[in-house]
Amino acid sequence: MFNVESWQEIFETIRKNKLRTFLTAFSVFLGIFILVILMGFSNGIENGVRSQFESDATNKISIRTGITTKGYQGLNPGRRLQLRNSDYDNLNQKFEDNIEYKTATYSTWGGQVNYKNQQGSYRIEGANADQQFIENQDMVSGRFLNQADLDDNNKVAVIGQQMKTDLFLEEDPIGKIIILNNNVNFQVVGVYTDPGGSREESRLFIPLTAAQQVFNAGQDIRSISYTVKMSDNFDEAVETSTAMAAAIDQDLRGRFTVSPDDRSAVNVFNTLEEAKKIYGLIDTIRLVFWFIGIGTIIAGIVGVSNIMLIIVKERTKEIGIRKALGALPSQITGMILQEAIFITAISGLLGLLAGVFALEALSPLVETDFLRYPKADLGTSLTTLAILIIAGALAGFIPARRAANIRPIEALRDE
Amino acid sequence: MIEIKDLHKSYKTGSNSLHVLKGINFSVKEGELVSIMGSSGSGKSTLLNILGMLDEADEGSYTLDNTPIKNLNEKIAAQYRNKFLGFIFQSFNLINYKNAMDNVALPLYYQKLPRREREERAMHYLEKVGLADWADHLPNQLSGGQKQRVAIARALASDPKVLLADEPTGALDTKTSYEVMDLIQGINEEGRTILIVTHEPDIAEMTKRIVNLKDGRIIDDTLVNQVKALAHV
Repeated sequence: MFNVESWQEIFETIRKNKLRTFLTAFSVFLGIFILVILMGFSNGIENGVRSQFESDATNKISIRTGITTKGYQGLNPGRRLQLRNSDYDNLNQKFEDNIEYKTATYSTWGGQVNYKNQQGSYRIEGANADQQFIENQDMVSGRFLNQADLDDNNKVAVIGQQMKTDLFLEEDPIGKIIILNNNVNFQVVGVYTDPGGSREESRLFIPLTAAQQVFNAGQDIRSISYTVKMSDNFDEAVETSTAMAAAIDQDLRGRFTVSPDDRSAVNVFNTLEEAKKIYGLIDTIRLVFWFIGIGTIIAGIVGVSNIMLIIVKERTKEIGIRKALGALPSQITGMILQEAIFITAISGLLGLLAGVFALEALSPLVETDFLRYPKADLGTSLTTLAILIIAGALAGFIPARRAANIRPIEALRDE
Repeated sequence: MIEIKDLHKSYKTGSNSLHVLKGINFSVKEGELVSIMGSSGSGKSTLLNILGMLDEADEGSYTLDNTPIKNLNEKIAAQYRNKFLGFIFQSFNLINYKNAMDNVALPLYYQKLPRREREERAMHYLEKVGLADWADHLPNQLSGGQKQRVAIARALASDPKVLLADEPTGALDTKTSYEVMDLIQGINEEGRTILIVTHEPDIAEMTKRIVNLKDGRIIDDTLVNQVKALAHV
């Protein structure tokens, strides 16, 4: 099957029968082309959703309190619930075993920040040192807040990449003094970047203790965030996270005397549980795309098989002649099979390349937040290629067997 | 060269059984040029198919060049055909997308000869049938006589023990028929054994021996005075 002679025989046949070769090749080409495009979009959607989702740590639990909307145990609705340092300490202690990173924040929207004669309005967040990991931030230069900053109420700030661009232009911000709300000086110690993009990078972080002092907040905090220690098993991690979120919820409701179904008064958001839903959705999308893609390929194979059957029919006489001249049945099978595999492999490869190039050309036109980098990856391409070779063999097999069984005496019978 | 003893063959058509060959005894020596005659339905084509291993007999023995031909599977039949036999058909049966030389070289491909040698030998036989200049022509660019000569060259290419010709002149006009017969006589003169199935008496006259078949039996088997085809051309 793999000697030069039989290849020459195949090439000759293909060269002399261009139309039927083209027809066979085209159905395979189209099948693979569509499959690659589908794969690309499936990957694109996955990339988009993931990047939207992973701007913060995926194992985050965030806790907020608000105003009660329901009366409970004789208390009127409309109470404002305020988290305090003691609540944070209490939760830390209770859930110590499951907590990976922790932070409490006190933030103000639209704080005014000045540097020399540049100024802007940014969100100012007082936070703990772990904030960096909970927000998935990477340092571009300098350092993040540390425990010493918190213990000593240091007037230091970590600013986002976007703020650096706005306020410092080309200057190196590390060690420079900025003025918050026109009255307090802070020293910049670091610049971070956040996968959430420029919106998330228009914030500055200062030690929680300093924030409470500067904004006269006393012991008040606005929110608490944790990340849960991840076990290797995703489902197990989701379970732990969900249980912990529920326990925190219950704890706070008890402490503040809040109705169990008053969602806006105490809000514990479990990111991992949402992540599970979204990953489930991604898997479903991927499955659907694979299903359509494989369906398309099967249609292609059936098409090739069909055309090969017609070809065998058309070549009955030729096959009869070949057998009369001494062709072995295995040589006839080999010839038909080799031709089918060759045509499917080549046209499939072309379809693959065309698909990849089309994705490359299309992706800038179709990219949105939820559709990023629609590319067929190497693994997918290799899988597709493998499917193809097998497909070619399958598509050739039945016609090849039929060809090998043609009796020369019948094939050569004059009409 | 060929030994046939008590050969029987019947075909089943639905519930009826058609007894086509009813005990043929027949032998051919090396270098003979034999014509098998008979009206349609006499069993002459069936006999040729059995001789050509395209079909198998129900009963009787067949020996070709001292090799018993029996219990053939497809593979062995193909090998024997390639080794022992050259076929010439009424409708030429050239492969229409291959040029004359590639057609002639095809049996050699199945003998697994290297390409260069195939082409040399194909060219040699094309020269022999006078078509060297037409080597790169496709069959549809050739006349009927030329096609048959290409087919003869192809039958000779594998250097077979026996040439089997099924109505080789059936699709040709008289003049061309005689030219083809002249070629066949020439090949026979070189010592090759040839069997021709025909229903044309003038073609049969150009062989050395006429076997007459009727209703599946040989009714007559006589040596004749060969008429040289050249005399008619």
